[in-house]
Amino acid sequence: MSNKEPGLISLEYKNVRAGKELDTTWTYKKFQENFRVVIVRCENYEMEFDLIGIHPFLANAFRRIMISDVPTMAIEKVHIYNNTSVMQDEILAHRLGLVPLKADPGLFEFKESETSEATAQDTLQFELKMKCSKNKENKDSSRHDDIYKNHHVLSKHIKWMPIGNQAELHKEENIRPIHDDISLLKMRPGHEIDLQMFAVKGTGRDHAKFSPVATAFYRLLPDIKLTRTVEGEQAERLQKCFSPGVIALRKSEGKCVAVVNDSRYDMCSRNVFKHDDLKDSVVMGRIEDHFIFTIESVGNLKSHQIFKEAINILKKKCKTLLDEIDISN
Amino acid sequence: MSEGGKESKTPMVYICGECHNENEIRPRDPIRCRECGYRIMYKKRTKRLIVFDAR
Repeated sequence: MSNKEPGLISLEYKNVRAGKELDTTWTYKKFQENFRVVIVRCENYEMEFDLIGIHPFLANAFRRIMISDVPTMAIEKVHIYNNTSVMQDEILAHRLGLVPLKADPGLFEFKESETSEATAQDTLQFELKMKCSKNKENKDSSRHDDIYKNHHVLSKHIKWMPIGNQAELHKEENIRPIHDDISLLKMRPGHEIDLQMFAVKGTGRDHAKFSPVATAFYRLLPDIKLTRTVEGEQAERLQKCFSPGVIALRKSEGKCVAVVNDSRYDMCSRNVFKHDDLKDSVVMGRIEDHFIFTIESVGNLKSHQIFKEAINILKKKCKTLLDEIDISN
Repeated sequence: MSEGGKESKTPMVYICGECHNENEIRPRDPIRCRECGYRIMYKKRTKRLIVFDAR
């Protein structure tokens, strides 16, 4: 690349202000007037939505709260009675901790302290007991599934053991690992595991296993403008520089002319700057107050519930802060 | 070892280092696997509970 400072020339690093000046002062009235939410896609465990007219500090606060402050249930203690498999106890315990559990965290309370006794309100107990043996019926086969019994321990083998009145309060289909096919460990004849697990409520700031989201991120809406007409072979080359669907080719007077179709899903790859004859034809920027959020849930909570929960947590945090200020005054 | 006297009559189970067969061996018995004749034996893992943090 001949260009030493592409950012300055292309405005690539300069955020575009969507018509109006981005006001750094924040007032409730202004926010109420300008703020908009657009839900683009909302499936059970994945959603995409736009927050328009919001400040970066709020958008980032929501992202961080979703990752580290929305609580879920996860296995915290593992009591191992027997483990003769090749996997070490601590590795096995760590793996079990990472299994996402389908249990509504709203129905449980945080444990008072790590040493306090487990109660029906704050702890879920599970059991995993398996012994591998030879399968004598199938001696000719060489497939592991045929010659061994119970050789592959999966998350579906984890069994819930209700504490106290939990059996009446919760249904069995709601208290179990979300996925049945998580491989936990493999065994050979003679190997045996016998252990109990205790799941508690926690937050992602303590350990990532408690985080309800696989990914929660936002990006600014890309803005692409063509500064001159690009046609023919150049137009086709320009189209290839961007993500599919970003640049469209339109026929006018027998010639192919490039137009910006939809810059939303552009990955901002900067590939145009490889072409000396094209780099002056396009200005790439970002719209400063248009945040595109994507939330992928692990499965404990639905994506929209996670965002709602994040809003409630932020409210609570603000209230605590205000109360603290009142007291100190 | 107050229980040592009692336990000396009951056989202990050891695992063969070669064929992983479980052997019951009494005091003064030859230390030798009944299946393969191997002479290295291992003790079984404790049945006592061990607690781990799932972290």
